[in-house]
Amino acid sequence: MATFTLPKNSTIQPGKTHKAEAGAKNVKAFKIYRWDPDSGENPRTDTYEIDLDKCGPMVLDALIKIKNEVDTTLTFRRSCREGICGSCSMNIDGLNTLACLKPIDDNVSGEVKIYPLPHMPVVKDLVPDLSQLYAQLRSVEPWLKSETPPPPDGERLQSKDERAKLDGLWECILCFCCSTACPSYWWNGDRYLGPAVLLQAYRWIADSRDEATGERLDNLQDPFRLYRCHTIMNCARTCPKGLNPAAAIGKIKQMMVERET
Amino acid sequence: MANEYANNTTMRSPLGRVRGLGSAKGGTHHWWMQRVTSIALLPLTIWFALSAASLAGASYETTVAWIGRPWNAVLLLATIGLSFHHTAAGVQVIIEDYANQEWVKMGGILAVKAICVLLALASALAVLRIAV
Repeated sequence: MATFTLPKNSTIQPGKTHKAEAGAKNVKAFKIYRWDPDSGENPRTDTYEIDLDKCGPMVLDALIKIKNEVDTTLTFRRSCREGICGSCSMNIDGLNTLACLKPIDDNVSGEVKIYPLPHMPVVKDLVPDLSQLYAQLRSVEPWLKSETPPPPDGERLQSKDERAKLDGLWECILCFCCSTACPSYWWNGDRYLGPAVLLQAYRWIADSRDEATGERLDNLQDPFRLYRCHTIMNCARTCPKGLNPAAAIGKIKQMMVERET
Repeated sequence: MANEYANNTTMRSPLGRVRGLGSAKGGTHHWWMQRVTSIALLPLTIWFALSAASLAGASYETTVAWIGRPWNAVLLLATIGLSFHHTAAGVQVIIEDYANQEWVKMGGILAVKAICVLLALASALAVLRIAV
């Protein structure tokens, strides 16, 4: 669904500037996307000047400082502040990442620009509506499917090699930085599952304990669900956990060919 | 159908929308053939470009004789077939990516395939008339 211009009511307008307190020496500006569905107004970008001498090192620290001390209406998701929960994913200086893992010092241009994850409906400010992504994750049934009952006296066993196949997959925290960085997902997100969900699907395809591999591949074998991946690689570039969803998708494609030849 | 989902004019649940019409259980052959034809076209295209360059300035008779040689004719036919197959497959993907309307998508894909088949047949006929 390629659309290249924003509708009139989505164009971003200049917003307010909140100056740093007098006497602040180490000032950094944060230019942040704001949109309130109740106001009826267009989105705008507000600028907040923050004294970095009184702020933690990460972009999330600055956001929390702004919310606590400058503007309580600023809305964003956050929870663990250490890169495990995946809540604070947003677009910082043009790259989707976790605000809690992104050092403010990475920014050299004078102002840190913060927007919600791209191409998602916005609920408010930096909070995107991820219901489509959650439904897509649900659709690949990301849980162990096995008809063989587990041994009565213990757990289902894997060899070391079998377990190693899950490395680079289990670490995904579902922040959806990758899916929302993928142009193919932007254009066809209603049918293409996107890198995050395909990586999750492969996490179960690659699991030696799972017995539904063929069924899972059947479910993915579709020109839109899987084959919209054109190895653009934005997913691997943006992943704040350093994972490579494109490689996982490549392995799914390989298995598709393997079972036909 | 796709537009109804994108424009949020449906009250169907997100999971219902995502499951949609189900998996097409296809696409693998299309994807795999795109890869296979691209690899096969690597040597064929180099061979064709070098041959065409070596024929630059050659007379009509020399060129016709070159095309008429069995191996040249066979390789030309292979290049023609694979090139147009690859083109049709590639353009189909672009249309699927960017076309919003179902009828534009289907019409576009059918049109591209028709054009590629006709051009391939015409090119093959040209080679065969000389070679056979």
